[in-house]
Amino acid sequence: MTTTDLPSPGDLPEIAVDPAAFRHLADAQVAVELDTGDMVLNIGPQHPATHGTLRLVVRLDGERVVSADPVIGYMHRGYEKLTEFRTYPQITTLINRIDWLSSFANEVPFIAAAEHLMGIEAPPRAQYLRTILTELSRIATFVLFLGEMGLQVGAITPAFYGFRDREYVLNLIEAVTGGRFHPNFNRIGGIKDDLPWGWISECKSVMQKVLASCDEFDDLVVGNPIFQKRTRSIGIIPQELGAAYGVSGSNLRASGVDWDLRRDGPDYLVYNDLDWKVWTHPDGDSFSRYWVRLQETRESARMVLQMLEQLPSGPLMAKVPRIIKVPEGEVFVNTENPLGEMGYYVISKGATGPFRTKIRSASFSNVSLLPWLLRGVYVPDIVTILASLYFILGDIDR
Amino acid sequence: MIAIEVGWGTTLAIKTAVVLGIVPLTALILGYVFLLKMMSHMQSRLGPMDPGGFHGWYQLIGDGIKFLQKEDIMPGEADRRVFALAPAIVVLSTFLVFVVIPAGPRIRVASLDSVKMFDGVGVFYALAVSSLSVIGVLMAGWASSNKYALLGALRAAAQLIAYELPLVLAVVGVVIQAGTMSLQGIVHFQQTGSLFGWSGIGFPLILTQFVGFALFMVASQAELTQPPFDMPVAESELVAGYMVEYTGFRFLFFFIGEFGTAFAFAALAATLFLGGWSVPWVHCTAADFLGPAVLFAKVMFVAFLMFWARFTYPRFREDQLQAIAWKWLIPIALANILLTGVLKVAF
Amino acid sequence: MVETPTETPAEPPAEVPADPKTELREQAADALARLQAELGDAIVEHGAAYGDVVVRVDREAWRITAQVCKQKLDCDYLSFIAGIDWMPTPAVTEDGSGDTSTPAQPKEQTYGVAGSEGRYQLFAVVMSTRRKSWRVILKTDLPDDDLHVESWVPVYAGADWHEREAWEMYGFVFDGHPSLRHLYLPSEFEGHPLRKDYPLLAREVKPWPGLVDVEPMPGEAADDEAAPALDGGETA
Repeated sequence: MTTTDLPSPGDLPEIAVDPAAFRHLADAQVAVELDTGDMVLNIGPQHPATHGTLRLVVRLDGERVVSADPVIGYMHRGYEKLTEFRTYPQITTLINRIDWLSSFANEVPFIAAAEHLMGIEAPPRAQYLRTILTELSRIATFVLFLGEMGLQVGAITPAFYGFRDREYVLNLIEAVTGGRFHPNFNRIGGIKDDLPWGWISECKSVMQKVLASCDEFDDLVVGNPIFQKRTRSIGIIPQELGAAYGVSGSNLRASGVDWDLRRDGPDYLVYNDLDWKVWTHPDGDSFSRYWVRLQETRESARMVLQMLEQLPSGPLMAKVPRIIKVPEGEVFVNTENPLGEMGYYVISKGATGPFRTKIRSASFSNVSLLPWLLRGVYVPDIVTILASLYFILGDIDR
Repeated sequence: MIAIEVGWGTTLAIKTAVVLGIVPLTALILGYVFLLKMMSHMQSRLGPMDPGGFHGWYQLIGDGIKFLQKEDIMPGEADRRVFALAPAIVVLSTFLVFVVIPAGPRIRVASLDSVKMFDGVGVFYALAVSSLSVIGVLMAGWASSNKYALLGALRAAAQLIAYELPLVLAVVGVVIQAGTMSLQGIVHFQQTGSLFGWSGIGFPLILTQFVGFALFMVASQAELTQPPFDMPVAESELVAGYMVEYTGFRFLFFFIGEFGTAFAFAALAATLFLGGWSVPWVHCTAADFLGPAVLFAKVMFVAFLMFWARFTYPRFREDQLQAIAWKWLIPIALANILLTGVLKVAF
Repeated sequence: MVETPTETPAEPPAEVPADPKTELREQAADALARLQAELGDAIVEHGAAYGDVVVRVDREAWRITAQVCKQKLDCDYLSFIAGIDWMPTPAVTEDGSGDTSTPAQPKEQTYGVAGSEGRYQLFAVVMSTRRKSWRVILKTDLPDDDLHVESWVPVYAGADWHEREAWEMYGFVFDGHPSLRHLYLPSEFEGHPLRKDYPLLAREVKPWPGLVDVEPMPGEAADDEAAPALDGGETA
């Protein structure tokens, strides 16, 4: 039927209809979007994808994100203020609760800052134990991520594998420190206790388990075509922008920046004694962030195995005065934590507590990129991106 | 031969009771065997294996009690009547599918074949009523007055349109080959058919319609909103999609609907492709007794495949699902129909 | 518990090759030289903090400094921006007695590395992701009566949240910041919590108990004279 066959509607003036113009209109009607106005969707503060109490105010056009505004502070505990009212040994209790997935790694830079200011250096065995425990908490954090990311993309099974492996590692940490989540095990000048009997062999077998389950994640998640379809070229962080936002850690390495504070920062702990590799991925998307963390989990497990082989003997504590008074001075110590760069800028005025502590936490900067990163993605991609950035609310809100 | 004279009223009552009983029962069986036990084994879950003695048999009862004692919450802004009706419609569609699935030569609730107007339209009817549930889903999503629920419901509607077509097209090959749309007729075809002249195991249509079977499984996975196509539910994005505002018993309705429909689709797949109740060398009365057990075994096998995929795969994105449906499944299904038609005419 | 309790107070570390406080790391010295070449008079003072260079610049040159750091010094990475209030901590109890855990800070106003002209100071750390341990600590003074400073957002996009935090915690105003809104605190919050004169209300209401009387264990004498001192706890 051509358009000329159409009956002329009553007394309306006749319009010469060009069939080509008509076809264009038909196409346009398919492409035209309903003028519905944007929908504001509140994701969080209580939402399974936000790992706690992050709130995202998302403006949606259909399922496409027009703009996203993260609202934080639901868990702000004012640690920077509280540190001014506590002594150095007491503060380690607080900073355990910043990134609660890898509490031990949190303690390290703060203790290091206090040790720098006091001019103390922990004995080699204590340094090794610190490094081992830091890497263990890195494994515990990443293994959870490897499962959690699967869960956020919709596969339930990896999440349970992640929790299972995290359990192994937490048991190790508990055996040494007595605490699963909040070890509070570092002391200024060293470490509280030595390893329990039989721990080293246990740790070796757990590391083998971790390496095996990394292969499992490789097969189950990384090799899964649906997972790749969901994460590849989603949430790309450009190198320059990522650095300008202070995005750090695995997130930045996944954008191809070959920068790891364990290797590239001022020397700390015993990373220089070890033979290890910094993993990067050129893509910068959610998939590469997963991939980099998977490789780093393996690398950490290998580092722990290495350290167990070359663990020195000796004392665990340097000579430390009974009452810890830190001389006047300022120091900035930052370390490569599982989530990224964790730094403490400690200003001391010679008292038993710091005058001012600036806590530079990784997730805060990582998440500050979200408004840029979420623009124009679909609702399911929000979840993928949030999961792949891997933040801890305590680390954002401090 | 058993010949028990019963009036139509009694027959109706029995049939109603059977259908009413069978849907929650099958849902419980699938929920127990696959959701609790198989999943626990696959995922190293310790919780559901713990309560009770052997393999945590008590867990299902505990879950049931939990659902029953939950408070029935209805959002203040909800469209109360629609909100209350939605779960019933979802379950209703499951009930209606069970009506036509034959469990033996003479065991089925309604044949529809005897009605002249619906001469042998079992397949047609089953596929039609199975998609009724999306109305319930849309109602639930809309009436909840919750943005997550609305998004979930709209996704469900979009998904239905995308997947109803491959589902139906996948079955067309079977219908062409069997020459009937009656489910009983298809089973009879598979039982009496012969494989290169050898009629030992009949002629399960999966042997020729394996493409159709694969398409049917994929599409029914989407119909059931199970991973990898569970976007309408999507716990990690939409919390629970259209179910987000439902609690207690109403939520249990959705749950029963979900697993009951899974059973119904598994039964459809078993009937269409695996020979349904038919079992080699067993005919007539014996088949009437053995048929249900055989069908159940086949259904459990198909359901195992469904849940295996459910526990293994991540979730697609809605637009990716549409792309798969329109760019892959439908062309493949059409090609399959064409090939089947050509071969049917040729041989 | 410290394993080797010694009764002697803080003793200076035995042998230090060079004073770590004032010694600059090789890279830091290099960075300082470059900064001096680029900024010239804008650098008010510089110092060292355990190897790192601390540069205090003029407030007017705050954004220029960022640009120089990013473009000329290869510091593409912003670690953080934060404020300092150098006002002496008002102790909860004046002499610290009876409050074993509130660290008694000095009563006179002193300034840290690279000094300060007044109470408020803004400081930031920028680093390079391409060089090893290449980082600069920058400071600038903000006069009490005019807490304005140029925003770093045009240079480092990530300055956004850090400046919002400094704005709500210290009341610093960043000119050119796209939206200075509350970040952590509710939008109707009044006051600037990280200023030293902002009381920690929990402590005002109920002073920190310090060592709490622990219930005696069974078999332990109830009138045990002194509770065991926690490490670091100041015994009055």
